[in-house]
Amino acid sequence: MTSSLALSVEGLSVEFRTRSGIVRALEDVSFAVGKGETVALVGESGSGKSVTAYAVMGILDPAARIRAGRIMLGGLEMLSAKPSKLADVRGRDIAMIFQNPRSALNPIRPVGKQIGDVLLRHGKVSRRDASAEAVEMLRAVGITDPARRAKAYPFEMSGGMCQRVMIAIALSAKPSLLIADEPTTGLDVTTQAVIMDLIGDLAGKMGMATIFITHDLALAGQRSDRIIVMHAGHVVENAPTDQLFVHPRHPYTAELIAATPDSAQSLNELAAIPGALPDLRRSDLPPCRYSERCPRKLASCDQPLPRVFLGTSHLVACWNPLPDENSTKAAKVGAA
Amino acid sequence: MTALLEVADVSKFFPVGGGPGGWARLKRRLTGGVQKLAKVHAVDGVSFIVREGETVGLVGESGCGKSTLVRALTRLIDVSDGSIKLGSREVSLKPARVFARDRDRANIQMVFQDAGESVNPRFTAFDAIADPLRRLRRLRGKPLRKRVETVASQCGLPLQLLTRFPHQLSGGQRARVGIARAIAVEPNLLVLDEPTAALDVSVQVVILQLLQRLKQELGMSYLFVSHDLSVVKLLCDRVLVMYLGKIVESGPTVEVFEHPLHPYTRALVAAAPRLDESANKNLRLTGEPRSPIDPDPNVCRFYGRCPRGTDACRTAMPELRAFGEHRVACHFAEEFLST
Repeated sequence: MTSSLALSVEGLSVEFRTRSGIVRALEDVSFAVGKGETVALVGESGSGKSVTAYAVMGILDPAARIRAGRIMLGGLEMLSAKPSKLADVRGRDIAMIFQNPRSALNPIRPVGKQIGDVLLRHGKVSRRDASAEAVEMLRAVGITDPARRAKAYPFEMSGGMCQRVMIAIALSAKPSLLIADEPTTGLDVTTQAVIMDLIGDLAGKMGMATIFITHDLALAGQRSDRIIVMHAGHVVENAPTDQLFVHPRHPYTAELIAATPDSAQSLNELAAIPGALPDLRRSDLPPCRYSERCPRKLASCDQPLPRVFLGTSHLVACWNPLPDENSTKAAKVGAA
Repeated sequence: MTALLEVADVSKFFPVGGGPGGWARLKRRLTGGVQKLAKVHAVDGVSFIVREGETVGLVGESGCGKSTLVRALTRLIDVSDGSIKLGSREVSLKPARVFARDRDRANIQMVFQDAGESVNPRFTAFDAIADPLRRLRRLRGKPLRKRVETVASQCGLPLQLLTRFPHQLSGGQRARVGIARAIAVEPNLLVLDEPTAALDVSVQVVILQLLQRLKQELGMSYLFVSHDLSVVKLLCDRVLVMYLGKIVESGPTVEVFEHPLHPYTRALVAAAPRLDESANKNLRLTGEPRSPIDPDPNVCRFYGRCPRGTDACRTAMPELRAFGEHRVACHFAEEFLST
């Protein structure tokens, strides 16, 4: 079973020590990513999407502490691996595209050199060939006149081009898992579409698994095989993309879909999600962190959070998931 | 409905290669002064109207001149050319500095993108909302407090939050402060520059519904600038599509998004992610936009990125042509009319 997985995360709990108390940012987060699969992590800000990605990459803030859990990348246990081993793995087996390419790139180093650095670090090429290989990578991500652009600095390029450079850096060592943390936030929709096409095409060509973090449900729906919905540090639902939209079973997922502007014909149809994320510093957080906002709350919601499997690939963490008749109706609408 | 805002042929050019410093000054003197410098055509001959009680959307990619146009309309900067009429009064003639104390100042107000950035961090919510009332209405003391509390409750901001500073407020609460500050002086026209871009969907819904309600209650008109087409679709009656300083398409929102005529709008609509359909890969824009520095007046601004791009596009700038309410600046608009 392990052989078909690019990544598996089990029972991951992360907390941050801050001056105003301990923030329990992730609680018992488990999910797996198959080889070549594209998985989207969605949720509001503060739901723990980025913390999950940083934990997997092993680049959490020093104030963070991993309380429990296991992260398996291929056959390697990341949490107990030595720092030198992690440094080898990062960039070669697992790579990340960051949210803001302008601040993630080195502002005082030509972009071609920055791509070459990755190649040299992982011993893919000799020092002499590094610059030629960097130009090839720039060509692969669709930058016109790559030889000239390789000598350019990030400030000389547009946001879309900087993001292409980030992608080139991330993919240059041909990793088996790519984490893209909001790769198109701040880009225009037309550029967003081109960049997402590019990531999808290259991932398909290289057989690479992708974890794609976004708050845009519509974008996640278009670009992923499976969607993992997070709320306040919990995974609340994990389902194949087409099933999630037609058969959302967790009340939070349903409300998130109903709040997406694209789902409605008029403003009045849009439904706001009542309440706000709970303060994760509280010591009396209920087992289900959504229960205080939830319209379907039962007395049994005080018990530890369940993991209900609906079929083989649909997981929901709820004692009172939305019933099926609701979704069969929706399925008919979807089919018509 | 009568026109509230009439914008005619407004242009804003920025000289490049100027700048401060002795060397730049000497170079300017030798080459014939500021007039001779190359210019960025940020906004180039834009005309449109906003009727009373109407919500007009303005969309376009970053760098197309949306923000410059908005700053010119709200009279934060001076226009290079053209006229801006609010009701029957011409507002483009006074320099921005003078306009700041003009009586028309209260009639055009603006809600900025991220209230966390645009509200003075040393002002409490109360002071932020009171500031325009003090300056433009000369309110003091009790009447001031009463007015601030009225608009705060209109915007759904709990009164006990008025003593807080911006960093002590949540994103949604800050957005409410930004809106309350803008409507405090009862403007006729409210310009909103991506008011919900920094918010999560769950909060965005509440703010959009608040804006809708305020518009009906106070009878304002909105000019709504946004990246998010699905939001524009829900909120706006008409939409303007801008590309490199020019309006390339305008018309009723539904018509423009359901039957886009300009190739840029078609690509834009195709690129916007939708919940109900998978990505349409046929319409993708390749390449970078043309340079906005002294563009050739006889070449279509979209030439080079346009999938069409014929010789006609290189020799004649397409004018905005009307097809009923729908206007479009493309030589080949007719081809898409029937589809």
